[in-house]
Amino acid sequence: MSLVQQLNQKALAHGVALSVHLDLTYRCNERCEHCYLEHDDRGEMSTSEIRTLLSQLADAGVFFLTLSGGEPLVRNDCFEIIEYARDLQFNVKLKTNAILIREKEAARLKTLGVQQVQISLYSHQAEVHDAITKVQGSLERTLAGIRVLRAQGLNVSVANVLMKSNASDSEAVRALAGEFGAHYTLDPTITPMIDGGTEVLRHRASAADVAGVFHNSALVGNVEEFCAPPQAVDEGILEGLPCSAGHTACYISPYGDLYPCVQFPLPCGNVRRQSFPEIWQESPQLADVRSIRGKDLETCSACSHLGTCSRCPGLAYMEGNMRGPSSVDCEKSLFRTGIPSAAMMASGRTTRPTFRPSLVQIQLA
Amino acid sequence: MSERYIARSRAVAARVLDGEVMIMSATDSTLFSLSDVATIIWQEADGRTPLSSIVKNRICPEFDVAQDDAYRDAEAFTERLASHGILRISDRPILDDEPPASAS
Repeated sequence: MSLVQQLNQKALAHGVALSVHLDLTYRCNERCEHCYLEHDDRGEMSTSEIRTLLSQLADAGVFFLTLSGGEPLVRNDCFEIIEYARDLQFNVKLKTNAILIREKEAARLKTLGVQQVQISLYSHQAEVHDAITKVQGSLERTLAGIRVLRAQGLNVSVANVLMKSNASDSEAVRALAGEFGAHYTLDPTITPMIDGGTEVLRHRASAADVAGVFHNSALVGNVEEFCAPPQAVDEGILEGLPCSAGHTACYISPYGDLYPCVQFPLPCGNVRRQSFPEIWQESPQLADVRSIRGKDLETCSACSHLGTCSRCPGLAYMEGNMRGPSSVDCEKSLFRTGIPSAAMMASGRTTRPTFRPSLVQIQLA
Repeated sequence: MSERYIARSRAVAARVLDGEVMIMSATDSTLFSLSDVATIIWQEADGRTPLSSIVKNRICPEFDVAQDDAYRDAEAFTERLASHGILRISDRPILDDEPPASAS
């Protein structure tokens, strides 16, 4: 077992939120066509509120802190927040589009000891990337940001999202990331809007393109192993946890709302009204999430994919039942192995399913 | 033998989990879990206290170990952490204005 796995197990055993994703703002200087956020500011936490929150998180044992948005650097106090987080010894990852990063900002991030800067990059072609971000010149500025960050020796990860409009560019983006000496990730999931809206799903890549990702050894490693038919479901899988959301990880919005994950909009409390430890330890919603084991999953518990499925409880929640299937992940299992999921068989659908959100609760302070 | 001074680097993340110090280097993303002895050395690495004093005053009274053996182990440990950018080592006190980090 790796040290990171040991760390996760220990955090789970002691009820510690090892990882927190904190969105500093929903405001953004891009308008990406697939984005799940509304960008209006409805009353973000102040610098002081965020400092108080970070102190609580540090005291509670949080180690990995992801600062994101929106675009976090549109906040004038972003560096002050990062500096405070680093003073508290968090492992800080910053998610940004890098548009506002020049040499001075890159040097500051280096000095502050930020662990990783993750940068959204959708194409190597300006006409494609800029059309997705709806900001002319954004590709050029993002690439300039990556250059100065790498020049500082910072760990950069290029994050791409597979969509209809950029599906044919993903290999070139991967190559570009390699030229920069940056890591590369490609996510084939388009998430519904945080308010439940599904209009962004029209940007989903085709079934063939998603399947292509799962059969690309440069992205998944050993394709034969990755796409192998699922092994028999055993007791360990049935007693296992669906994912870390709400167990060792959670998400906090710019308005202080706490959710199990950024992709799991089940309101569990608000850090403006309660302290983080109070919510983490006493929230009935988190207790409900934590009670779920593989054997409790409706339909999925009888699915051969249970042990290897990427099933996201948040996406399942957005479809109406956090104990139910996530159709997007049923689809991924199908594209990966060629074997339909139990939910697909039950519904008579063995091709791409339709995402049907029916329950979304969003609580804004 | 010249004295050795050690100071915690700011380019790390650190947290105590169940009494154990976890440290991740921002330089190479290596994760360390420190033993009891290593935790004492890390916590005492203020840039001003010589390593020999840390061994004599903090480690030897708590653990059944000869001072020379403990110092050799401590030297090897600090060199390993220094190679990952987690500690700074000097033969003089490290008294820069960088506030020393400590796991919370």
